[in-house]
Amino acid sequence: MKIMNKRTGLIALFVLAILFPLIFQNDYYTHMLTLSFIWAIAVYGINLLAGYTGYLSLAHAGFFAIGAYSLGLLTVKAEMNFWPALVLACLITSVVGLLIGVIALRTKEHFFAIYTLCVGYIIYLVIDKWDGLTGGVRGLIGINAPSNIGPITFETAESQYYLVLTFLVVVIFVIYRIVHSLTGRTFLAIRNSEELAQTIGISTMKNKLTAFVLSTFFAGLAGALYASFVRFIGPDIGSTAIMFDLLMYLLVGGIGTLSGPLVGTLMLVILSQNLQFLQEYRMLIFGPILTLIIIFYPRGISGSFFDWKRKRRNQTGNVLKPIKVEEG
Amino acid sequence: MLKLTDVSVNYGSFTAIKHVNIEVTEGEIVVLLGANGAGKSTTFRAISGINKLDNGEIYFQNRAIGGRAPDKNVQAGIVQCAEGRKLFPQMTVQENLRMGAYVHRRKKTEIKHSLENVYELFPILKEKHHHDAGSLSGGQQQMLAIGRALMSKPKLLMLDEPSVGLAPLIVEQMFQVIEEINREGITLLLAEQNANAALSIADKGYVFENGEIVVQGTANELLANDDVRKAYIGA
Repeated sequence: MKIMNKRTGLIALFVLAILFPLIFQNDYYTHMLTLSFIWAIAVYGINLLAGYTGYLSLAHAGFFAIGAYSLGLLTVKAEMNFWPALVLACLITSVVGLLIGVIALRTKEHFFAIYTLCVGYIIYLVIDKWDGLTGGVRGLIGINAPSNIGPITFETAESQYYLVLTFLVVVIFVIYRIVHSLTGRTFLAIRNSEELAQTIGISTMKNKLTAFVLSTFFAGLAGALYASFVRFIGPDIGSTAIMFDLLMYLLVGGIGTLSGPLVGTLMLVILSQNLQFLQEYRMLIFGPILTLIIIFYPRGISGSFFDWKRKRRNQTGNVLKPIKVEEG
Repeated sequence: MLKLTDVSVNYGSFTAIKHVNIEVTEGEIVVLLGANGAGKSTTFRAISGINKLDNGEIYFQNRAIGGRAPDKNVQAGIVQCAEGRKLFPQMTVQENLRMGAYVHRRKKTEIKHSLENVYELFPILKEKHHHDAGSLSGGQQQMLAIGRALMSKPKLLMLDEPSVGLAPLIVEQMFQVIEEINREGITLLLAEQNANAALSIADKGYVFENGEIVVQGTANELLANDDVRKAYIGA
């Protein structure tokens, strides 16, 4: 019964997502939602590492930018087709992720956060200063929309929305499978206690590296989609400001939960769009909201919701059923 | 089976254990006695590979293993059940046990077999296999920690203070289980403060003080030793 409810809920949500552009017929809304789905993919990547493995990386806006610039340069300067360029962009990001991960993962906790913050900033600087390749502050213009697959084209806002939605659903499904596999439990074991994980025979370095590379892969994918969707990219997409936006989406939504990245990203992107008229003063509203959430809902909206449901289930005496904190 | 020769471990400028010599023969129960901070846990951590050695060497089945990665040691059959019943509280009992079989993760039928063995040894775990590990009582958590260690099919099992913080009746059960594990052919290295109970099942023991072994001998010799009696048994 329980599962049925959950499944129907998910299907309803999915149908709603499919119908959305047809109902609203408003390019602005469709555009905004597409963009938040792209950010959500990046946040899912961060969540795999920060939420499930316990390593808070602040370099992921940098990896997002690497994905975006790889796709931009491959399609604009090398005149490659969108699809092979997309695959290549993800691979390039993962390879850079692997090289950085090997070094970064020798540090732990706040040292890891500080180290990756520096890495992120260096990536931003390289993009900003390497005029010859990236176009520097002028950015990269004229990136093409995704090329068509057979008769399907991606020129309109709706078709791009559906393309990004497809990627998002696949990403969520893949993350779901990872989290519920032995690999996912290994990540959890590392988050729980690295030393304990070692004593039961887990090679922690290998698994941390797997988590790191996977998470950069998703960040790169999000970046590549962003580049072909917005058609213009500047070095700012790799800036620390973007990094902290992504982190904020994750924290508000619920770190270490499956739905958190999507919930947090959607909420905050929509909220921030509605507060657009306040310009920079938006942060005056965002700041207190974030503080309140961290104080009262440290596991974010999704995390706290599932905690609350679990508590309620326990109170109704239904304690014999399997209970999982990590659900959601 | 296991031999430590002249092993020293430093934490920065502080020497946790110095010039430790231990020998464990296959099939034995060997107990390490000593107060908190005497060096028992550090010795375990050195054997399992978590701490690097600053001096000496460790041999397991005649091969030098000093400084080898912990996961390689688990594969070779050395597993440590850490002090303080460390579990994965957000996983169920069964998931915890399965994590213990991590080094055998590709052998599905073998894991199933080990799982049955552990459930036979600790029936209560089978009863609670769907519960969160965090919801178990202290004694059950200790059983789960031992069960998880057994899932890796160790040749040498190291138990760090299995009786700490448990009710006297449970402590008695715990030592019965330890004997049973030993009868199944697993060599045991035990760190304990409960010297009386530990020595009653052990073959021999080593007494640690300030990171050094001060007394060693068979279990009976140690039980008869006045200093040991005064310091650890209180009679």
